[in-house]
Amino acid sequence: MKKLLSVFLLSIVAPVLAVAAGGGYPLDDMKPNVANNASLQRGAQTFVNYCLGCHEMGYSRYERVADDLGIPHDSVVDNLIFDDAKIGQHMTNAMTVDAAKRWFGTAPPDLTLVARVRGSDWLYTYLRTFYEDTTRPFGVNNEVFPNVGMPHVLAELQGLQKKGCSQVPVEIDVLTGQDITEERCDVLYLAEEGELSPAEYEETVYDLVNFLVYTAEPMQQERIRIGIYVMLFLSVFFIFAYLLNREYWKDIH
Amino acid sequence: MSDKKGLMAWVDDRLPVTEAYEKHMSKYYAPKNFNVWYVFGVLSMLVLVNQLLTGIWLTMSFVPSQEGAFASVEYIMRDVEWGWLLRYMHSTGASAFFVVVYLHMFRGIIYGSYQKPRELIWIFGMCIYLALCAEAFMGYVLPWGQMSYWGAQVIISLFGAIPYVGEDLTTWIRGDYLISEITLNRFFALHVIALPLVLVALVVMHLLALHEVGSNNPDGIDIKKNVDENGVPKDGIPFHPFYTVHDLVGIVVFLFVFCGIIFFMPEMGGYFLEHANFEEANPFKTPDHIAPTWYFTPFYAVLRAVPDKLLGVIAMAAAIAILFVLPWLDRSPVRSIRYKGLLSKIAIASLVVSFIILGVCGSLPAYAQPPWLAPVMTVVYFAFFLLMPIYTKLEKTKPVPERVTG
Repeated sequence: MKKLLSVFLLSIVAPVLAVAAGGGYPLDDMKPNVANNASLQRGAQTFVNYCLGCHEMGYSRYERVADDLGIPHDSVVDNLIFDDAKIGQHMTNAMTVDAAKRWFGTAPPDLTLVARVRGSDWLYTYLRTFYEDTTRPFGVNNEVFPNVGMPHVLAELQGLQKKGCSQVPVEIDVLTGQDITEERCDVLYLAEEGELSPAEYEETVYDLVNFLVYTAEPMQQERIRIGIYVMLFLSVFFIFAYLLNREYWKDIH
Repeated sequence: MSDKKGLMAWVDDRLPVTEAYEKHMSKYYAPKNFNVWYVFGVLSMLVLVNQLLTGIWLTMSFVPSQEGAFASVEYIMRDVEWGWLLRYMHSTGASAFFVVVYLHMFRGIIYGSYQKPRELIWIFGMCIYLALCAEAFMGYVLPWGQMSYWGAQVIISLFGAIPYVGEDLTTWIRGDYLISEITLNRFFALHVIALPLVLVALVVMHLLALHEVGSNNPDGIDIKKNVDENGVPKDGIPFHPFYTVHDLVGIVVFLFVFCGIIFFMPEMGGYFLEHANFEEANPFKTPDHIAPTWYFTPFYAVLRAVPDKLLGVIAMAAAIAILFVLPWLDRSPVRSIRYKGLLSKIAIASLVVSFIILGVCGSLPAYAQPPWLAPVMTVVYFAFFLLMPIYTKLEKTKPVPERVTG
């Protein structure tokens, strides 16, 4: 009966979930690692250099970031704070909502929690799928977020992708170690190179998204660390509760 | 006057502390054959206390204003010492409350705990459930995220389906022509003061009524029929210490799951804390998919299963209201599922199946499910109740034992 039920439920839910997930462009898998301070520090650097000008991180404080990521305070003041903010202040910018609406049509969203809203896979794919589209105001469009209002801010790093036909690697030749390529259409290919190689750019985006995952929930490492102790305590407590119960109930039949 | 001496005697002469302790704990005789289903009442109390205590501390830092609400929740998560733990305990507690209450209600259904003479216990319980729904709904609005705002928009607009007074009623509930800071403020007041008071009062009534008639048990038999020379039920044992130590084991197991969620998956995959609710409320941007939190989804599915808005609202209200009259729908001479016939077993199984499938339907967008599914399951859900007077009368029941079977 139970088996039948679960089969029945699955047969209804499975196709439905496939529909729900397949709403758009396939997302690349991104496994955040918020224990990797070097990655988070690079991500923080990319964030203040490329994102913070327009996107605030209004719930996150410089000081908390510095302490969590192991960056000395004076280094934060010298390298990460570009305005006259004190280290204890929130990571904000000077752009007003009115100005933002004039320039972009909409105010750039606060990014403190964006990783909890969109998920790391979405962000990781989004930042790598801008491509040239001359019909758009800023000359670019995005695969994950069609007709996005944001220009490709990281173009100087990535270069410019175009959408069209290109040779894409499909597998690796076992004899020569070279890629075997195949012509595919409707794909993104790098038309103009940027400052970084494609591999370096992926690394930069990974670090940036990793940083966003950290800021969305800065206490996540502490939460898991404490959680393990709580579980251990409950395991021990369970033994005593179980024995106490057995002692009281041994004569009740 | 008590013949005891000392401080306790002095108090007892003025306030019946010992008497109350004996009536409700040390001389409250509960059937000795409780099984695992009987832990969920105590767990509901535990979660209620958790919600009250964490709620008090959250209130100290929460700012109930349109400008401040969302930011103050993030302030609690980041700047308040242990604030994140309080918040996760409270948000996980909300869902845990519904988990244990649904299981507690299911226990009542399978063992016939609503039957005579426990109708009032059941009705107080249903009132608790209603108050809990209101409490959870208003609490969900407070963080002022996108789902808070649009979920409230959807639920309040349901009242608009009522003929003649509907539109005025929604304005009256919101206190404004749209959901605004006024709505937020009144929901805050109701969430932290009015409804907790109602809830606690109802829980007291629920327990007083229970202790007046005594607990049911998995055999559904009356243990007070078999008493020893002291008037103590032969199949009864004092609640304290036997069930306090018994429940302690259940509490630890519950805490294992509860803390596991708090510390390792506080969003519970977007079901306990919805992803869209990490974005601040924006009255100009409707989310792609508005779904209520999981504990309301079965009733939301009933609402959507009916094509007409007013009829849908009536169906949804009826799906909850019909539970109130359950004691009078059951015509069976026995209480427990153990001694009821095959028809009752099939009926209860189909109630579970329909409730779960309706829950899944309610959480998915309309296009992502077969259009016949929710309507069919709605019919199955109502059939359990509406046909109950027939199938409980028709079926052949098994003989009920004199004493509990352990």
